[in-house]
Amino acid sequence: MTPEEKAAYYESRRGRNKAIGFSLAGVCVLFFLITLVKLGVM
Amino acid sequence: MENLGVRLTAPHAAVLQPAAPLIDVAHWRDYVDLLKPRIMLLVVFTGIAGMVAAPGALDGGIHPIIAFTAILCLTFGAGAAGAINMWYDRDIDALMQRTASRPIPAGKVAPEAALSFALFVAAASCFVMAFAVNWLAAGLLAFAIWFYGMFYTMWLKRRTPQNIVIGGAAGAFPPMIGWAAVTGDVTLLPILLFAVIFLWTPPHFWALALVANQDYGKTGVPMLPNVAGKAITRQHILSYTVALSLVAIAPWALGMTGIVYGIAAAVLSLLYCISSAEIFITKTNAAAWRGFGYSIFYLFALFGALIVDRTGILI
Repeated sequence: MTPEEKAAYYESRRGRNKAIGFSLAGVCVLFFLITLVKLGVM
Repeated sequence: MENLGVRLTAPHAAVLQPAAPLIDVAHWRDYVDLLKPRIMLLVVFTGIAGMVAAPGALDGGIHPIIAFTAILCLTFGAGAAGAINMWYDRDIDALMQRTASRPIPAGKVAPEAALSFALFVAAASCFVMAFAVNWLAAGLLAFAIWFYGMFYTMWLKRRTPQNIVIGGAAGAFPPMIGWAAVTGDVTLLPILLFAVIFLWTPPHFWALALVANQDYGKTGVPMLPNVAGKAITRQHILSYTVALSLVAIAPWALGMTGIVYGIAAAVLSLLYCISSAEIFITKTNAAAWRGFGYSIFYLFALFGALIVDRTGILI
């Protein structure tokens, strides 16, 4: 792997990790809100 | 017409499989592209329209967070079906100018990664729909994903020129799912909304196929213009548009919607019939392009009118 390929690889992996992180955070918030609705709190 | 029943199969062996990337350099946006965001937009819009049309939707019939969850599941479920389609069709996508830049044929995402992603998103969207919304909406969503991702993509598309006619049902589910998310049942109005998209899909795609038939011809996919000829296709576009117009007006004629929807459906359908008649009479690619463009506007405007009719927004 050339240095340019390695840099591209790390950059794309970082982007994917961030996207997964944000998605998981979003799902956690959504599940929390759904639970509140189902419990009749909201 | 006599050769419409011919079963054809794409020459799989003759097409090149796109090369998978040696290292995973896929950007997160490539995974978003796998979900066919433009189609997701249409799904969201028609799903919201179905939801708004349901009785009680605007009077506390569904909690806003549950409604948001339902639309989210519907959107990602439709996206997952699109990703399964892209995974299976990667061989023919590489041959068509319109689809060659999709993430898999472009070598940005490995096919195995795309399939894993698609199956995970499909399962997650159905699971959340089932537990957060209701089982009927989840069942319809699962059936729609199976219908498009497997029945249409893997079986129908490469075998019969009626692929779009039957496969169109897959894209017709969103308003029905939106309705089911609110009421937990399915009645005549959501079935009519289903029928509107079902009858809209063939003339929409045939107008595109009239212009891009050489592209489809390269892949061996039996689109109507390649199998039955352009004249028959133009005739079919016109007849389906007339049938669509009758079904589009039916909700108002049967007293299920207000005058706003009725007038919009009548005017929009009349213009669509004129556009299809132009395709039939002039036989030009320009008319087919206009018809394709108008068909997109038609569906958005028709379901937009339903939302306006129900909510009273803009009135």
